[in-house]
Amino acid sequence: MACLKQRNMGLSDQIAQYLVSGLSTGAIYALIGIGFAIIYNGTEIINFAQGEMVMLGGMFTLFGLDVLKLPLPVAILMAVTLTTLSGVLFERLTIRPLKSPTPLSLVIITIGGSILIRGIAMLVGGKDTHAIPAFSGSDPLSIGSATILPQHLWIFALTVIAIVLNKLFFQYSITGKAMRACAANRRAAGLVGIDVRRMVLFSFAISAGLGSLAGIIVAPLTMTSYDVGVMLGLKGFCAAIIGGLSGGLGTVLGGLLLGVLESLGAGLISSGYKDAIAFIILLLILFIRPQGLFSRAQTERV
Amino acid sequence: MNREVYKFLVLVAIVLLCPLAVHEGYILNVLVFVGIHTMLALALNLLLGYAGQISLGQAGFFGLGAYISGILTATHGVNPWLAMGEGAVVVTLLAFLIGFPILKLKGHYLAMATLGLGIIIYIVFNEAVDQTGGPSGLSGIPNLSLGGIIFDNDLKNYYLIWTFVLLSMGLALNLVHSRIGRALRAIHDSEVAARVMGVNARLLKVQIFALSAGLSAVAGSLYAHTMTFVAPASFGFNFSVELVTMVIIGGLASIYGSLLGAALLTLLPELLRAFQDYDIIVYGLLLIIMTMYMPGGLVKGVPALFSAIRSRLKRKPSAHA
Amino acid sequence: MKRLLLPIITFALLSIWAGSCLAASTIKIGALFSVTGPPSFLGEPERNSAKMVVDEINAKGGIKGKKLELVVYDTQGDATKAVQAANRLIKEDKVVAIIGPSTTGESMAVLSVAEKEGIPLISCAAGSKITDPVKKWVFKTAQNDGLAVTKIFEHLNKRKINKVAILTVSDGFGASGREQLKAHAAKFGIQIVVDDTYGPKDTDMTSQLTKIRGSQAQAIVCWGTNPGPAVIAKNVKQLGIKLPLYMSHGVSSKKFIDLAGDAAEGIILPSGRVIVADVLPASDKQKKSLVAFVKDYQKHYKAEGDHFGGHAWDAIMLLKGAIERGGDTPAAIRDQLEKTRGFAGIGGIFTYNTADHAGLAKDAFVLVQVRNKDWALVK
Repeated sequence: MACLKQRNMGLSDQIAQYLVSGLSTGAIYALIGIGFAIIYNGTEIINFAQGEMVMLGGMFTLFGLDVLKLPLPVAILMAVTLTTLSGVLFERLTIRPLKSPTPLSLVIITIGGSILIRGIAMLVGGKDTHAIPAFSGSDPLSIGSATILPQHLWIFALTVIAIVLNKLFFQYSITGKAMRACAANRRAAGLVGIDVRRMVLFSFAISAGLGSLAGIIVAPLTMTSYDVGVMLGLKGFCAAIIGGLSGGLGTVLGGLLLGVLESLGAGLISSGYKDAIAFIILLLILFIRPQGLFSRAQTERV
Repeated sequence: MNREVYKFLVLVAIVLLCPLAVHEGYILNVLVFVGIHTMLALALNLLLGYAGQISLGQAGFFGLGAYISGILTATHGVNPWLAMGEGAVVVTLLAFLIGFPILKLKGHYLAMATLGLGIIIYIVFNEAVDQTGGPSGLSGIPNLSLGGIIFDNDLKNYYLIWTFVLLSMGLALNLVHSRIGRALRAIHDSEVAARVMGVNARLLKVQIFALSAGLSAVAGSLYAHTMTFVAPASFGFNFSVELVTMVIIGGLASIYGSLLGAALLTLLPELLRAFQDYDIIVYGLLLIIMTMYMPGGLVKGVPALFSAIRSRLKRKPSAHA
Repeated sequence: MKRLLLPIITFALLSIWAGSCLAASTIKIGALFSVTGPPSFLGEPERNSAKMVVDEINAKGGIKGKKLELVVYDTQGDATKAVQAANRLIKEDKVVAIIGPSTTGESMAVLSVAEKEGIPLISCAAGSKITDPVKKWVFKTAQNDGLAVTKIFEHLNKRKINKVAILTVSDGFGASGREQLKAHAAKFGIQIVVDDTYGPKDTDMTSQLTKIRGSQAQAIVCWGTNPGPAVIAKNVKQLGIKLPLYMSHGVSSKKFIDLAGDAAEGIILPSGRVIVADVLPASDKQKKSLVAFVKDYQKHYKAEGDHFGGHAWDAIMLLKGAIERGGDTPAAIRDQLEKTRGFAGIGGIFTYNTADHAGLAKDAFVLVQVRNKDWALVK
């Protein structure tokens, strides 16, 4: 009898845990997705190398901790700086020299870039997976019947901070407004005296930094290796698409939704097809609502 | 047109005589793969180079062809030729249906959607264990045979596969020099203008997408029957990127470029054995550098480079540096 | 286009010429390992170990006065590349035997080449279907997954546990483990109440584990290679699941304990003897090989030698034995390999015969448990 009761309670407890797990994975997707959105909004480029920035964040932190023996906060700071520089370097060396960029050539160059960065990381850092210690312990916290780790709280906090800063930056700072202007109309922005190329560089720098931060903060959960960026990058991109490539709340909601659907799918339907679920959602959204789930229709999106 | 025919006949002659020059069995084996890759690069080039539509999911169609052929023959004992035909028809139809929504998208969105499609297909290969054998693959696929000849060694496979390569190249050459080819180029330059001129751009794009998928599926069948084994790892995202690299390096919108790109990329790892761990870096760099500095691929880039060097040499080597 | 063709052809011819130039007084052995790509955790230690042992043999004067030459190609975990490389090894490098590939999928693809060309192949992959049914030219050194499963199920029987949940990775390693777990369960009176999988790159398995928590399972068996199982160990701890957790030999290296940290404590898994070499009793027949291997690997690569590397070590040593007994033609090597009796290697004690080309019994595995961040033997 007691057993039966426990079983009945089981399902709602399970769903609670699916939701909590989904939200925490979703927050990671959201953070990575915002990076995609920022570059897209600044330049109309989908940066396929964004996932590698996530990877670099984790790998540089590891380098700081294990090789240079730095304390964690310093290692994090160093990793964000180095990744931002990598992003800038990438833009300078490959995107800027293009004489007549077409979407096709940009797709291919950023894919080439991601392969290159991954290859360099593999040769320098080896092929092993490495653990990074959690920021504040790994004793689980209970939320009702579900549990999460302290690291998840860091992820949620960072996601919120990222949206707020992003909003403030793009709404109120001169640079942010200039970047929005570039996105809206490059030529017009250039005519009113905005240095378009500098804005492109800025958006690569910001999103590389943000990507690396996402990579660092998930590393204690996911561990890090030269190839973690591939799947995380693609999931982040799905999140951004669901959110209509908005740099703010849309992408966050997209990420959370994706995370929850994946988690429910894995728990209730089939864990093997979990990743397929993410991409089927991606396709459906691209087919039916290419402007994203949460934004009003725009003309220039397809 | 005569020149085209002449060029093609030279190629046929080279293909026929090649095994006499390379009796080394191993090179012949590589050439078999060059052939399969050429078909795939050609299929992608029709879409990417001529219609200007990117696909990052070609490996999925290739894999579907291979698996349909493999499952039908190894598990259900269907005649390999029939299986190949079924694979081609099924994949072509599938691509035709999915082509309508997917080709509404452009640029990055199209890249991402085709990528997603490729990954979904890849996941199915991995997860449908009962049908596909899952990650450890499907073995026991029979060789093709024709009138008593079983295609079970490199020399026979070479002639088998290159026959298909030449047929598809002939088909592609005819296609691009026809009315359809001109319409495709019009779409590539400006879809709106093409529409205004009365080209049914959408249908044409979908048809090319389906043709490209079908051709890839045939290549997949050939692959399955020559390897007699298939596993999902051969049909992942990486291979899709490798195919795009072949097309870019060979030359967009060039039939012979596809051959060149496929040959180069298949031979490259063989030639660069010394740096085997670095080949991921070589790939990345090749993609970036070729797109940046030789967007026409080797077919256009190399002659251009030579004439540039020549004209520079003729001129006085001054001011221009 | 013509201008380009000439250098390519020259280069190709040069490389062929260079390849066929070295010959005569050496014995060429080919190796196919997935040094890069997803299974690099197998291929890298395998390549390292193979190189190491070949160097050692040569330093001691080779085999019957002939030096060994090892030709290694990277297959990247891709069956197509493995087949191409196998063809090259046989037809261009003219090797007398091949060791590898690293994974079951690649081995299944390559074995038809070896069979057709008549070259002995010693696979380093675990899948039992590689040598079952027996193929004339194909042997293997990695312990069959079925043996590891048997070891776990015996232990479950001892603890009177009969309902288990299995959680396997969706790659070749996990698929083969899953197949064996399901095949052997009934024999041990064990019921699989949850059969779930996870992707090799997944970063959170709480969904699957939540489902398991809500089931009647009395123990969890997880089948995968790093990093997945470490994530699972952490997730189990996060969810407060108290069920005994069993893993596969896929994670039997210090690396796993590093990755999983505290969450690794108490986990039980079947393993080759490598990781417990130092605590084995002196009477253990394998102890000498094991200690030598661990020490050498540490010296050469500044890393812990694992049993994956051991598979390649065993393969080379088996070849060495066969060549010493019967000469260095492919046919002689094959015949002598089949006559190997009681060779104490890293993976176990090998005895091949015409009906068995896997050569190991279930005592090739021992059960180990993580205690105080180290491996301990389970009696």
